[in-house]
Amino acid sequence: MADKIATREAYGNALAEFGSEYDFVVIDADLAAATKTGTFKKKFPERFFDCGIAEGNMMCVAAGLAAAGKPVFASSFAMFAAGRAFEQIRNSIGYPHLNVKIGATHAGITVGEDGATHQCLEDIALMRTIPGMVIVNPADAVEARAAVKAALEYNGPMYLRFGRLAVPVFNDADNYTFELGKGICLKDGSDVTIIASGVTVDMSLKAADLLADKGISARVINIHTIKPIDRDIILKAAAETGAIVTAEEHNIIGGLGSAVAEVVCEGNPVPVIRVGINDQYGHSGKVPPLLQMYGLTPENIAEKAEIALSMKK
Amino acid sequence: MEKAKLNNLKSIAAQIRLGALEAVHAAASGHPGGSLSIADIMAYLYFEEMNVKADDPKWADRDRFVLSKGHTAPALYATLALKGFFSADELKKLRQVDSFLQGHPDMKGTPGVDMSTGSLGLGISTACGMALAAKIDGKDYRTYTIVGDGESEEGQVWEAAMFAAHYKLDNLCVIIDWNGLQIDGTVEEVMNPTPHDKKLEAFGFHVISIDGHDFDQIEAALNEAKATKGKPTAIIAKTIKGKGVSYMENQVGWHGSAPNDEQYEKAVAEIRATM
Repeated sequence: MADKIATREAYGNALAEFGSEYDFVVIDADLAAATKTGTFKKKFPERFFDCGIAEGNMMCVAAGLAAAGKPVFASSFAMFAAGRAFEQIRNSIGYPHLNVKIGATHAGITVGEDGATHQCLEDIALMRTIPGMVIVNPADAVEARAAVKAALEYNGPMYLRFGRLAVPVFNDADNYTFELGKGICLKDGSDVTIIASGVTVDMSLKAADLLADKGISARVINIHTIKPIDRDIILKAAAETGAIVTAEEHNIIGGLGSAVAEVVCEGNPVPVIRVGINDQYGHSGKVPPLLQMYGLTPENIAEKAEIALSMKK
Repeated sequence: MEKAKLNNLKSIAAQIRLGALEAVHAAASGHPGGSLSIADIMAYLYFEEMNVKADDPKWADRDRFVLSKGHTAPALYATLALKGFFSADELKKLRQVDSFLQGHPDMKGTPGVDMSTGSLGLGISTACGMALAAKIDGKDYRTYTIVGDGESEEGQVWEAAMFAAHYKLDNLCVIIDWNGLQIDGTVEEVMNPTPHDKKLEAFGFHVISIDGHDFDQIEAALNEAKATKGKPTAIIAKTIKGKGVSYMENQVGWHGSAPNDEQYEKAVAEIRATM
């Protein structure tokens, strides 16, 4: 396993890497150093535009650029992209289905010390309600790079969710294939399925190991594309394992857990337990104790998997 | 301006007014007051100023227009129909389920509409994006946007103004439709955004104040805007809400209500009498 890399770091690197091959511009709202769009800015200064601390205007500028034929990545923290500028995204980007990629970083509680005002736990829920919006939540640096490439190949609005925290790189860069809208089965299993996205994918693999120690065979699925969600892989897991746990760094209302539950309820009802932020705000702190505090740990995911297993008919 | 040209523009503006009223009357809903206040500006923009092709609405090098005050879509639709982007028969279907003329402009559905607008404060920012795109691509098309005076109470209008000046978008022309009225009363009473001229100058705009119903002044201002380099231009157009229909002029109540049959007949007669 390689060093830890934040997905935002991989995002900035990918923008700079693909900048020669693809024609696009990048805009930011005074956070280029943090969102890592600064990496692109350094290499392609003539194609980078700072919008200042004015996210609503930035999203509409992005819409105007796209309407005039310029593919654009617009970046800020998830809170100020999906949160502050929700209506701008909905009305100026989503409704006209414009080719704008929203690169939202610092999503979730792994923002850490900055605390609740900056820990966006609602962005997936908000973006999911916008018709035609694609939502991608990469789990590691390899996936983040691939997601940026996929975004460049896709013509339409897309929300890319990146984290602040350096996280383990578990995907193998040489053998990794990203397919928009397709989940990835990282570990097969027959008793229960853990469906995760973003930083919780690595935790879920560890949870599966804990379950294996108890003789429980857990399947682990990485859902990088939360919308459109991979119904087939979820319904197959429901049919074959009969119990599901979801794990996400987001409010359990409206995010991955809700999306999975919707698919399962309508397609093949089996127990679904959602691990995530239980309709609470975040808190300042170092990341490891925060993850403990909110139950985003392999131990909690494994515990909930056992409960889901016990609920099987 | 030559008399023939002036008469032609007046005739076009009257037809825009008639089209907008026909649409609002048929829909029995919509926004006549602010549609009538911008009719003269729309006539000049689409029939003298802007380089557009009705038979190729998505032509890459066209001048762009964003109706930031999107609720006055009837004026835009009447203009586009008159210009030939679609049949004038469509106007009667405004706001109906079988029509592509939405209550507020929809760039996906309506030929000639360059940006979906309606939520106030957003359109001017999208116009900034279009103007920036032209700069990036080294193209010489221009972007025009009409912003409502009440709309300028939205903070994003000023974010956009800051952006336009910062990036020296001299290919952007912002027209403020200063008709003085908004839903809850006069603009000054509700939330006074004045003085627009001093504020926009302070934000870095070249500002021109005109009578928005005087074609000579509209022409001179748009020419001055084109000649102004290094900064965006704002034209503050003093207009009359409901212009051309005696009982609608300067009446807040006609912001967002449709005339009944009798009122419609009277409005048509008054406008026809000027043609």
